[in-house]
Amino acid sequence: MSDKPKVAFYWCAACGGCEETVVDLEEKILDVAAAVDIVFWPVALDFKRKDVEALPDGAITATFLNGAIRTNEQEEMAHLLRRKSQLLIAFGACSQLGGIPGLANLWDRRALLATAYLEAPSVVNPAGTTPQASHAHSGSESVTLPVLFDTVKTLAQTVAVDYFVPGCPPTPKILLDAVQKLLNGNLPEKGAVLAPDTALCEECPRKDTRPEKLAVKEWKRPHEILIDPDQCLLTQGLLCLGSATRGGCEAQCTKGNMPCSGCFGPTSRVRDFGAKALSALASIIDADDEAEIGKILAQIPDPVGTLYRYSLAASPLRRKKLEGPQNA
Amino acid sequence: MPDLTQRRILIDPITRLEGHGKIDILLNDQGNVDRAYFQVPELRGFEKFAEGRLAEDMPQITSRICGVCPMAHHMAGTKALDSLYRIAPPPAARKIREMVYSTFMVEDHALHFYFLGGPDFVVGPKAPAAERNVLGVIARVGLEVGKRVIDMRRKLRALISLTGGKVVHPVFGLPGGVAKRVTPEDKSQFQSVAAEAVEFARFTLQVFNDVVIKNSDYVDLIFSDAYTHRTHYMGMVDANNHVNFYEGSLRVVSPEGREWAKFKADQYLDYVAEHVEPWSYMKFCYLKPKGWKGFVDGADSGIYCVAPLARLNAADGMATPLAQAAYQQYFATLGAKPVHHTLANHWARLVELLYAAERMKQLADDPEITETNVRNLPREVPSEGFGVVEAPRGTLFHHYKTDEHGRITKANLIVATQNNAARIAMSVDKAAKGLISRDNISEGVLNMVEMAFRAYDPCNGCATHSLPGNMPLMVCVRDREGTIVGTLQRDSDGTIRRNAG
Repeated sequence: MSDKPKVAFYWCAACGGCEETVVDLEEKILDVAAAVDIVFWPVALDFKRKDVEALPDGAITATFLNGAIRTNEQEEMAHLLRRKSQLLIAFGACSQLGGIPGLANLWDRRALLATAYLEAPSVVNPAGTTPQASHAHSGSESVTLPVLFDTVKTLAQTVAVDYFVPGCPPTPKILLDAVQKLLNGNLPEKGAVLAPDTALCEECPRKDTRPEKLAVKEWKRPHEILIDPDQCLLTQGLLCLGSATRGGCEAQCTKGNMPCSGCFGPTSRVRDFGAKALSALASIIDADDEAEIGKILAQIPDPVGTLYRYSLAASPLRRKKLEGPQNA
Repeated sequence: MPDLTQRRILIDPITRLEGHGKIDILLNDQGNVDRAYFQVPELRGFEKFAEGRLAEDMPQITSRICGVCPMAHHMAGTKALDSLYRIAPPPAARKIREMVYSTFMVEDHALHFYFLGGPDFVVGPKAPAAERNVLGVIARVGLEVGKRVIDMRRKLRALISLTGGKVVHPVFGLPGGVAKRVTPEDKSQFQSVAAEAVEFARFTLQVFNDVVIKNSDYVDLIFSDAYTHRTHYMGMVDANNHVNFYEGSLRVVSPEGREWAKFKADQYLDYVAEHVEPWSYMKFCYLKPKGWKGFVDGADSGIYCVAPLARLNAADGMATPLAQAAYQQYFATLGAKPVHHTLANHWARLVELLYAAERMKQLADDPEITETNVRNLPREVPSEGFGVVEAPRGTLFHHYKTDEHGRITKANLIVATQNNAARIAMSVDKAAKGLISRDNISEGVLNMVEMAFRAYDPCNGCATHSLPGNMPLMVCVRDREGTIVGTLQRDSDGTIRRNAG
């Protein structure tokens, strides 16, 4: 092994979009590969869990881990990589905030399994079979599966995390910036999010059409109106979360003529993204009368899915209350 | 000396698969394979947490099932919204959707050939493992080609972002249209990249022809019994029974090639059912009228196959001229229709690559694509909607029920690889049984077992397309108590090491 810094990539409960961000570095990945030794990246390279286990503790300079933690196997891998890495970086919205898989915290493991394996309209399952941690093949032989937790966790709720890279997924530019900071030793204080600490509105091409004082009397849903491609989406009554969301994404969604849904999470001054988003929206409602305010807020028919779409697991709310004995 | 107490071979992890797929192979008293399990070890539970969400958010929420093929889920979801609100998109919006979708299919299919499946053929199944990757492909076909592949991918993905918002994850799909129109400037970009894509696809087919079809060893491998299953085949077709990725009817043909069923998305529950096994989080689809008969092939079994091999089998031809010629050459060379040889998927995928590029070109050339009306506003009260597309890896169904406010009360999703799950499980089991015994566990055998699932380009939760590199594999040799007594490991440089436990 050379003296170059050692870097690892790993994924847990994720979609593969964060891996695509790495591939989307295109030719630049050759520069990265020249500057570091990638010692673990199951999606691409021939290193195994036992190779990681064989490394001295702290041998990996930095591990980029994407995905939320929702099985015992993922939890074990998070602990292993924490032990072997000097820096552990939560890469992408699922790892940082729980991401969309974190919406499963509105239910528990039993409900998830029942919906998928017993109640789906296409399932034919008279015996009520569900996937089992251990299934007997014959005699003493059995085949095993990881166990789902009731609660989807962020990486930082599982092990100590040094830095966070936001986004669903992060952009190649954000990733490259993070890697360069790492290589130059030019890192901010521990716990920082490696992305601009300003609201998305600052980089939105519609910024200049946002009035000094916004006033919304009625919320619209994107399929209900013809969306003006140049005007601030809030002035059109659309629930754009740009003012509560960290920038750095290059405003791709608003350039695509759709509102920001908050995947880059909050800025450093905010603990709970959903609460911040709600307060940002509440502050521009143009009504004094309580009944009218109630009417306008009722035009947000799914507050959890709209305001906490990527951050329920990281929120102080974290999950819906569990009933009965649970496993996590 | 073979270890006579060995009862088990565990391949874990297999990579180039999302969600840590593994293969657990159990041996019998004679040391032959008793059963090989292809397992998917995770569930994220999208169908449950979709409940309560707003229907119009579903194309963006479900794209998070797969960051490799987010466009497929986004589009199936968008089409389910059309159905839910009973609203058709204006002609330009319909064409924009299919053009962007074709762009995505070109990108995804090309990536599979050069980065994932191709190395087994272009470099060779028995080549040193260190060369059996995209770098080996480039070494064979030239560095210029490597640059061309990267360049092509970048241009295609930039166009998806231009119109779709984000390439991972798109935002442009709305019931009754798309969020963003195509300007004349956008149109000329699509036209120029599409023309390049057609040439790129023709070139790629030529590479396949030169390297694979002209090599009798490879042709023998494609025809070999270890990689053959006689099943039903499903794919979407247009009114002329030509392959279509964006819309049409689902056609199922029997193992003899006769049309067995033809149905629309909203009839899917009459034809497709899912079976549950206790040893995998993946559900196994089968043809409902046939019933679940276990992991067996043949005309009486409900097990069917989707994706490129199946789509070509289920159709009568391709809707574009160059792809039609490639389709004819494919069946003429393979001798019979349907083609039952799993490894032919690699060739079928390239026929589709050419079709997707030609279709992209046709739509980019269409004057109507720049029309400014790209939205019809829904007026109906929503209740139930069905959407279907052909994802790169097969037929993808989205089915939503909502309350009157458009909040999801029930979502059912049948993702591409689930349709193929039973046949993949059979293929891995058959390849393991045909190739492995206690006396014969070598690195060559490991790659041959890998090839049994790799041909499907499986998407376990979401398929992972990877960068250059070897498939890391480790075989654990266990005694009767399950204690590891030795390992066989293939290293990053391709060397094989045998270690005592």
